[in-house]
Amino acid sequence: MKGNSISKSLLSVLLGTSLLVGCSSGASNPSSTGAAPETNNAAPTESAGEFTAKIGGVFILSGSSAAYGEAQKKGLDLALEELNETNKGKLKIEIQYEDTGGKKESAINSVNKLINQDNVVAIIGPTLSGEMLAAGPVANEAETPIFGISNTVEGINDIGEFVFRNSLPESIAIPTAMKQAIEKKGSKTAAFIYAENDDFSVSGFQTMKKTAEEMGLQNLGETTFAIGDVDFSAQLTKIKQLNPDVLLVSALYKEGSMVVKKARELGINSLIVGGNGFNNPKVFEIAGPAAEGLIVATPFSPEKQDEKVQKFVKAFEAKYGSKPDQFAAQAYDSLYIMSQSLLAAGTADRNALRDELAKLKDFEGVSGKLSFDEGRNPIGDAVVVEAKDGKFVPFE
Amino acid sequence: MFLQQLVNGLTVGSTYSLIALGYTLIFGVLGIINMAHGQVFIFGSFVGLILMTSFDMPIAVAFIASIVVSGILGLILEFTAMRPLRKKNVPHLASLISTIGFATLLEEGMHKLFGADSRAFPDTVGSTSFQLGAVQIRAVDLIILGISIILMVVLHFWINKTKVGKAIRATAENTETASVLGINTNMVIVTTVVLASSLGGIAGMLIGMTYSALIPTMGMTLGFKGLAVLILGGVGSIPGAMICGLILGVIEVFTVAYGASSYRDAVAFGLIILILLIRPQGLFGRKA
Repeated sequence: MKGNSISKSLLSVLLGTSLLVGCSSGASNPSSTGAAPETNNAAPTESAGEFTAKIGGVFILSGSSAAYGEAQKKGLDLALEELNETNKGKLKIEIQYEDTGGKKESAINSVNKLINQDNVVAIIGPTLSGEMLAAGPVANEAETPIFGISNTVEGINDIGEFVFRNSLPESIAIPTAMKQAIEKKGSKTAAFIYAENDDFSVSGFQTMKKTAEEMGLQNLGETTFAIGDVDFSAQLTKIKQLNPDVLLVSALYKEGSMVVKKARELGINSLIVGGNGFNNPKVFEIAGPAAEGLIVATPFSPEKQDEKVQKFVKAFEAKYGSKPDQFAAQAYDSLYIMSQSLLAAGTADRNALRDELAKLKDFEGVSGKLSFDEGRNPIGDAVVVEAKDGKFVPFE
Repeated sequence: MFLQQLVNGLTVGSTYSLIALGYTLIFGVLGIINMAHGQVFIFGSFVGLILMTSFDMPIAVAFIASIVVSGILGLILEFTAMRPLRKKNVPHLASLISTIGFATLLEEGMHKLFGADSRAFPDTVGSTSFQLGAVQIRAVDLIILGISIILMVVLHFWINKTKVGKAIRATAENTETASVLGINTNMVIVTTVVLASSLGGIAGMLIGMTYSALIPTMGMTLGFKGLAVLILGGVGSIPGAMICGLILGVIEVFTVAYGASSYRDAVAFGLIILILLIRPQGLFGRKA
C-alpha cells in the first residue's frame, strides 16, 4: 500500500516535470506565454513592442585553453553592446555565459543547464569541435538551436537540424591555402606535425594529408605532440633530418607558434603552411620574427581593407586594447546573425529561430560573406594570408 | 642526429632536475609533497617576465624579482596551507590537498592577472647558438645545465656541512626532538619552504629561456614531471633528483626521436614504474 503511494507520487512528479519541460521551450518569450501556442512556427504576428531573447554562451573561460574562450566572449560582448543599442525598442538580447574548461562533460552539463534551467532560446558555442560533437546532440535533442563559431571539423552539421556553424570547415580553408602556396613555390616533398590529442588538429591533419596526396606531394614523415607540450625539439630535430620542401602544421596557435619558432631556431628552412588555428595575431607575439613567411587560410583578417572589418577592428581595439582574432570575429558575427534571425522570427521561440537561421543567405559579416546550404553547411570564402612584418597580409 | 637528440634530452632533463630539487627539499624536511610548487615558481617567473617585457628591465632584475616573488609565495603557502595543519597534527594527506587548493588558486589568479596565453620570452644572451660538430647547442642550454649543477653542489654542501644545514637535517629526522634540543624548527621549516620556492624562481626563468615562452599552465605539467623525478630519484635525495631529471628528459626525447611521439609520456612513466618495481626506494633513495 505504502509502496503504491510512493510510486504514484513519483509518477505525478515525473508528469509534472515533463509538462514543465514542455512549456519551457516557449517560456523565454514573454508575449507568447499566455496566448496561443500555435503561433510557434507561424509568421511574426506579434512583433509589436520589444521582446527579450536570452542566449547561452558556452566557452572555455578557464584552464589551459581559456584564451580562445576569452576572445570569443569579447567578440560577443562587443556585438551585444552594439546590437542592444541599434535594436532598442525591438529586441533586447541577454547572454548567459557558462564555462566548460575545455571538457566535454562540462560542455554537456552547461548546455543542459542553459536549455532546461535558464530557458535560453539558442546557444552559441562551445569553443572546441570535440565539445560540440559531445554537446551538440544534447541541444539538438532538446530542439534548441546551437551555433558553433569555432568548430571546423568535418561532420558538425550532421549532428542534426538544430546545429549550425559559421566557422568555415577546414575542408575548404586548408586545401585553398595549400594549393596556392605549394603551386607558387613548386614544393615536391612534405612533412607533417600535429597535436594528436585534439579533435580539431587531427581533423586538420587528415585534410592536409588528403590534399597532399591529391597534389602528388611525397610524404616524408608525420610527427605528433600533445596540447600543453612545451618542448618540441625532438620532433623537429627529426623533421630537420627529413628536410621537406613544405612543413604542414596542424595545431592551435599556442603550441603552433612555439613549433614554428623552434623549427626556425633549429634551422629548418622549409615553407610552413598552418591550419586555421594559426590565424591569430598572438602568433607574432609568441613566435616573433620566426613567424615570417608562415602561410594560413583564414575567413577573417584584421588587415582586410573593408569598411565593415575596419570598423569592427577599431571598436574592438577601443574596448579591449588589442586586435581581434578569428575567434572574436566569428563570435561577433554569430550574434549579428542571431539578432537578424530573431528579428525576422519576431519572437524568441526556438523553432521559429531555427527556421530563420536555416534561411540565412548572403549575410555580410566581418569574417566575409556567409550563406548556409540545404545541409546548413556554411558557404564562404577563405583568404590565404602570409605572415609579413608582424602581421598577416594577403598572399600573392 | 643521435648526439643532437642527446643534447635535446639533457636540456629538457635539466629543467626537470631543477624543478625536482624544490620538491626534494620540502619533502626532505616536512615529509609532505608540495603540490603548489609548480604554480609558485611559474607565478614568480611570470612577474619576472612581465618586468622584462612591459617595463624593459634587464634580465638580472627579472631574475631577482622572480626569486623574491616565488619566495614570498612560498611564505604565504607555509602560513596559510601548511602551518595551520601542522599545528593541528592532522595526517600528511591533508596538507597534500591544501597545497593542491593553493595551486588552483594561484593558477586561476595567473589567468586573471596575466591571461591564459603563453607569453614569449624575449631573445636574450641565451638564444645564441653554437655549432659543435654535428651538434647545435644554445647558450641557454649550457647555462641551465651549469646552473643546475652549481645549485646542486651548493645545496648538497650547505645541507651537509653548515650549521643551518645541520638544523634542517635534524628537523627532517625528528621535529620534536630537534625542538627539544633547542632548534627553532618553525624557523627551519620557513627557511626551507622559502628556499625551495626561490630556487623554483630561478628554475622558472631558466625554463622560460629554454622554451622561449612561459604558460600559466606549465606549472602543473612540469610540476608532474618534477614529481616523477622526485619519486624516481628517491624522495629527499638531491643527487637523485639531479641525475634522474636528466634521465627522464633523455628517455622522453629518445622516445619521440626513435619511437612514436604519441608514447612520449607513456614510455617515460612506464619506465619509472619498472624501476620502482625493482627499486621501490628510488634509484638514489635509502631503504626506510
